[in-house]
Amino acid sequence: MLQIFLKEFSSFLNSLIAYVVVGVFLLAIGLLMWVFPESSVLDYGYADMSTLFSLGPYVFIFLIPAITMRSFSEEKKGGTMELLFTKPLTDLDIILGKFLACFALVLLALLPTLIYYYTLYTLGNPKGNVDTPGIIGSYIGLAMLAAAFCAIGVMASSLSANQIVAFILAAFLCYLTFAAFDALSALDVWGTRALSVKQLGILFHYESMSRGLIDSRDLVYFGSVIFLALSVTKLILGSRQW
Amino acid sequence: MSLHIKHLTKVYGPQKALNDISFSLEDGEIVGFLGPNGAGKSSTMKIATCYLPPTSGQVLVDGLDVVEEPLAVKQITGYLPEHNPLYLDLYVHEYLAFIGSLYGLKGSLLKKRVGEMIERCGLTLEQNKKVEALSKGYRQRVGLAQALIHEPRVLILDEPTSGLDPNQLIEIRKLIKDISRNKTVIFSTHIMQEVQALCDRVVVINRGTIVADDSLDSLLKGGSGSQTIIVEFEGTVDANLLRAVNGVSSVVDEGKSKFKVTAAAGIDIRPELFRFAADQKLSLIGLRQEENSLENIFSSLTANSNRADVTN
Repeated sequence: MLQIFLKEFSSFLNSLIAYVVVGVFLLAIGLLMWVFPESSVLDYGYADMSTLFSLGPYVFIFLIPAITMRSFSEEKKGGTMELLFTKPLTDLDIILGKFLACFALVLLALLPTLIYYYTLYTLGNPKGNVDTPGIIGSYIGLAMLAAAFCAIGVMASSLSANQIVAFILAAFLCYLTFAAFDALSALDVWGTRALSVKQLGILFHYESMSRGLIDSRDLVYFGSVIFLALSVTKLILGSRQW
Repeated sequence: MSLHIKHLTKVYGPQKALNDISFSLEDGEIVGFLGPNGAGKSSTMKIATCYLPPTSGQVLVDGLDVVEEPLAVKQITGYLPEHNPLYLDLYVHEYLAFIGSLYGLKGSLLKKRVGEMIERCGLTLEQNKKVEALSKGYRQRVGLAQALIHEPRVLILDEPTSGLDPNQLIEIRKLIKDISRNKTVIFSTHIMQEVQALCDRVVVINRGTIVADDSLDSLLKGGSGSQTIIVEFEGTVDANLLRAVNGVSSVVDEGKSKFKVTAAAGIDIRPELFRFAADQKLSLIGLRQEENSLENIFSSLTANSNRADVTN
């Protein structure tokens, strides 16, 4: 697993992918947070990072599928799947290696935003007047969300040899799990079960974590989404044996 | 270090790709696996490398079952897939190091093995190029190098020489011959000369069934292994005189005093032809044995079973 992880991660760094992903993410978030007056912290007047945490997921919906789309599609197209499958690796080694490499790249993109925290910390009045626990919770939430999106993206990639199909499918599935349940729960048909429907989506758990409260139920939820997506991936890869 | 295939059957949907085939390779044997396209060569190899599961039957690599112990089997097998898939965006040495690491090689041992493979497969000048920049012949060498990096005991090569130019062909064959010492090697091909150049034993498969499993010599002796000679004279010769020569079974006039002479099975008629030329006071300017006997065997073997298939 480690070898696959290292190879995938270094191939991100050796190609443009890593630099484009990190660059675009930081540029988009930086503009939203500090420049565009609509969402700028400077104009807002409160030392608060909610811009990053409320808009970050939407940037991820496009960015993460772009990272994960090649993971299996490229191997399928190039025939290198056969190469990997005939090496002494289990399917799980391959899946986890690829998943963790994508996740690590997203974390790498997220890392420089810690500077924002420092900036806000300094700008606070009095200095240091920021909601640190809330921000830590939000960071954990954002990381979990990124992991879930990576798992969904890897799964979509295992479905098709075409990277564009994998990208669109992944973006759609990410959006669906993120926001669709929340929107669905607003329909008038659920009655008292509306909350249960809402709880199926990532948004509910993400918001709950961004309040700074690390609830084990939310962690279990994210863990389940990741587990489910990776299990489906394993099933798809295993289908060659049927 | 052996490969045993026992009653192997593979079914893809409605199509039976392999029908109850059995053969085995002992220690240190090199065996050519022959057959027309779509005969089931690649399927057999994919099953032996744990890429596809058998529908029924058993494949044992060094005594290990491919279904029950895939990881152990993969660890001792080197495999060159048919289209030689490679990671094009990696450098040659980087690629080999990656594959080596998948077999659990580490640190200085990994470095040493990569260096050895590069040298052995003649990649020294190309090692700092990206795989995508290499020509087909060199890519094939990289493919062989990756199959060999962990010193496998069983080597499975699926059409290792397809699409190479004649010089590359000779080099790759020589490479295979070099590396195959102390290993059990099975390679598939549909070029008969290759079998002659590399190995002693042939397994011929057609439409999912084994039609021959024998040494090359006995294949050549048996069957229609008769000699065909192209003989060329200076001046005009009567074909009927040639037909009268002892041991000649048929003569085809190819024009310009050139004849294709087929001998009765098991007889070398070249001395007779030479004496004939001397007796008739003719100048013999060409006497050449035609190298098509292998192809003839191949096509007769595969054609026979086609007919058998139809009658079934």
